[in-house]
Amino acid sequence: MQELQSAFWEAGRLLLTFDSDLTEIVFLSLRVTLSAVFIGCLIGFPFGAFLAVARFPGRTVIVVIVNAFMGLPPVVAGLFLYLLLSRSGPLGPLALLYTPTAMIIAQAVLVTPIVTAMTRQVVEDLYQEYDEQFRSMGLFGARAVPSLLWDARYSLITGALAGFGRAAAEVGAVLIVGGNINHVTRVMTTTIALETSRGNLSLALGLGLVLISLSLLINAAVMSLRGSAKRLAYV
Amino acid sequence: MSTDRSFAGIARADESASTPLLPVSLEDVCFGVNGTDLLHDVSLSIGPGNRTVIMGPNGAGKSLLLRLLQGLIHPTRGRLAWRRNWTSGHSAQGGTPGGATGAMPSGAPPVSIVLQRPVLLRRSVAANLTHALRVLRVPRADRADRLEELLTLGNLQDRREQPARSLSGGEQQRLATVRALAASPEMLLLDEPTASLDPQATHAIEDLIQRSHDRGTKIVMVTHDMGQAKRVADEVVFMSKGRIAEFTPAESFFSRPQSEEARAYLSGQLII
Repeated sequence: MQELQSAFWEAGRLLLTFDSDLTEIVFLSLRVTLSAVFIGCLIGFPFGAFLAVARFPGRTVIVVIVNAFMGLPPVVAGLFLYLLLSRSGPLGPLALLYTPTAMIIAQAVLVTPIVTAMTRQVVEDLYQEYDEQFRSMGLFGARAVPSLLWDARYSLITGALAGFGRAAAEVGAVLIVGGNINHVTRVMTTTIALETSRGNLSLALGLGLVLISLSLLINAAVMSLRGSAKRLAYV
Repeated sequence: MSTDRSFAGIARADESASTPLLPVSLEDVCFGVNGTDLLHDVSLSIGPGNRTVIMGPNGAGKSLLLRLLQGLIHPTRGRLAWRRNWTSGHSAQGGTPGGATGAMPSGAPPVSIVLQRPVLLRRSVAANLTHALRVLRVPRADRADRLEELLTLGNLQDRREQPARSLSGGEQQRLATVRALAASPEMLLLDEPTASLDPQATHAIEDLIQRSHDRGTKIVMVTHDMGQAKRVADEVVFMSKGRIAEFTPAESFFSRPQSEEARAYLSGQLII
């Protein structure tokens, strides 16, 4: 009990004094995660909207695959990326393995299906509602996508935040393709796993507190967005 | 009656198409879903000018007829022909079966529809109209002036920044109507635009319809409101069970209905 108490105190001290190791890890984590979410949104918003409005053979199969990939095990994603990025793999010459870029790619692979699937569902519902009105205005297919994305913006931000939550909490894939190298690819989740196994609970706990705070902030942001949307009668 | 249909100074984008759109002819048009015909052998010619009101009990096929005219649905049999070919955006999927075909519209669709329950975007009043102007490819430099004129037309100046979905029912319907008029359509279709509105809101919508008609827009409106039909209609299409039972001038329809169904409807009997 005393050990836990002192670990909490030490974690608090590290946070309050902006410990250099801790801040470096937090900033790298945020850089990797935000980049991955940005890429996931860049691909997921238009692709999800396309799946919502387009009708073509094989669409249902793609939708099923995207939905299934929402639950893609991170270690499996990491393993496939490792095979692609390793020196003998097809992308080996790019020398991306064990770099933050590889970690961004890994997290983007996990986030993109979430953003795509949520976008597809939200935009499809909206498209059903707007369908007759849009067609009567001569607005159909790909031309309708920007209007649909804009009107679904509050729901889409929620999807992006869900993707952020998934990426921020992810450990398996970034550990495999990042290697958890000190001062290079060490992020919050991998550090917590490593420092706990080493018995350095204070740093692990400090990072854990940062992660929990981030999670709380994300949820508060989602609630606030929903509240704003309702207040403004945009829903 | 003026023939300048442009509202808010919005000239039609396809003004080069100088051939009038109307009349539109329906020849033995049927429309069915899952093998069941909901419209049977509808033959009708709607010309320019007169305000046409479509009446009839629920399930008579009034709204289907409007959607056929808008191009939102297509006849399963029969032929629908406009004097000037045009296709709605929907027809990009393959033209109008048995009916009008032609090139994709280059600008504003010549037919606009106001649905019974207006579908407004999750945006402000002004943003809803700006969206319509953008879709109609009105030049960016002209949009602000045209927006102001549409807001004035719908008497919505005080509501411009209000989320459209928070407007009252009457205001929402006014917004939907001026949005439809943004295209300066040659024909305006209205599907029970005043259903569940109070007299004041109904008057505002009827005023908009009248002003649109005065500028040369053909009006085709579905209504269940007998008083409104008498106020608005120049001619009445009476439908029953998916067929046209009567198509006559309004005056003779209300004083001397020819069909059994119309007589029963006007006398307040329940048509089941």
